[in-house]
Amino acid sequence: MEMHEAKRVEIIIEKIMENRLTDLLIEAGVKGFSVLPVSGGSGSSGHWSREGQISRAQGMSAVVCLVKPERLEKTLDAIFPMLDRHIGVVSVTDTKVMRAELF
Amino acid sequence: MEQLFSLAQQNLLSPIILFFALGFSVAIAKSDLNFPEAIAKGMSLYLLFAIGFKGGASLSGYGIDLQLILSLLSGIILSATLPFLAFVLLRILTKMSAIDAAAVAAHYGSISIVTFVAASSILEIQGISYDGYMVAVAATMEAPAIISALWLISRKNKASKGLDGELMREILLNGSIVLLIGSFFIGLITGKDGLSEISPFISAPFKGVLCLFLLDMGLVAGRGLMNAKGAVSGRSVLFGVLMPLAGATIGLIFALVIGLPLGSTVLLMVLSASASYIAVPAAMRVAVPEANPAIYLTLSLGVTFPFNLTVGIPLYVTIATAVIGA
Repeated sequence: MEMHEAKRVEIIIEKIMENRLTDLLIEAGVKGFSVLPVSGGSGSSGHWSREGQISRAQGMSAVVCLVKPERLEKTLDAIFPMLDRHIGVVSVTDTKVMRAELF
Repeated sequence: MEQLFSLAQQNLLSPIILFFALGFSVAIAKSDLNFPEAIAKGMSLYLLFAIGFKGGASLSGYGIDLQLILSLLSGIILSATLPFLAFVLLRILTKMSAIDAAAVAAHYGSISIVTFVAASSILEIQGISYDGYMVAVAATMEAPAIISALWLISRKNKASKGLDGELMREILLNGSIVLLIGSFFIGLITGKDGLSEISPFISAPFKGVLCLFLLDMGLVAGRGLMNAKGAVSGRSVLFGVLMPLAGATIGLIFALVIGLPLGSTVLLMVLSASASYIAVPAAMRVAVPEANPAIYLTLSLGVTFPFNLTVGIPLYVTIATAVIGA
């Protein structure tokens, strides 16, 4: 089976910013993404957990999208202004996908 | 003074406060007791739905009068102006940056609906009635404080994003407010008949759910305090105790001016004294990410919320009773 080169962009972002981020991804031409819940973690602001929380202000989401290598820069440029001011981590990894036309 | 001690004792030994204390203390002791997020949110939705519906139903048939309008206006004015007092107090008492101080100030102009629910339950235990429309007053007090604080921030930080349309929509249509106001109007429309239809669901289990919810809030507050070691100074903690007293005093003055009865006066004091930890933190994270959330969440949830729940509410009931009379 033929596999195609792609980039996997994973963005861990404050939950409150999730919709704004996904709007930017759509505007940048990203054809699809997945949002995963993050149950807890630790970082420069200390340890945190979603358990028992009722506030939307706390908690993080993971947004994962796969893009063609030539679209990576445009995608990152689109989301950078928002991520610059907010808590979050962006990582990009090389991957392969089966159906390149979907990305 | 005797009444204050008696009320404080009754309050401190009520199941809702004891469950909060249990959650707070086991969180400090690092117990693994936990509520799944979905259950905590479910209980919060239930409480908002029940308090909104009961408030609306109790008001049905009374119509709109001058005192209702004045109460709503008082709520809006209090919410819009208390952040300025909080900001000045913070700048005098602490070395907090202007941005952090303004973000904290927003929380103290807005309200804690859980403190409101706990206060109304304590009033019911005391046999003190209150006006159903105080639920609507609570709802009107959520947003103006955010706008005042964002104005303060925009003066100090030109890079501040401020209030855009999307944020305004999120503030005004946040789920808690929509459910509270929606239930209030459904209660208002359906009246006593509607209430009797769903009373077994919203009346009998209410205090039990409130106990469980406050157990969870105790856990969250205790863990927040443990995780925020060093984030807030002793002077900031002092602010977290002084500001509710100042807010309650101003709330009392407003209540006296518009002639509110005892129960509603206590609730206006509680609303003015309480600090938000649901709607405002979310707005601050979006509009002012530079402000440190550990400061405003620790102060509102870890200091002021427990203070109001244990000491504040009986104190406000005693003062209001002394001023207005039972």
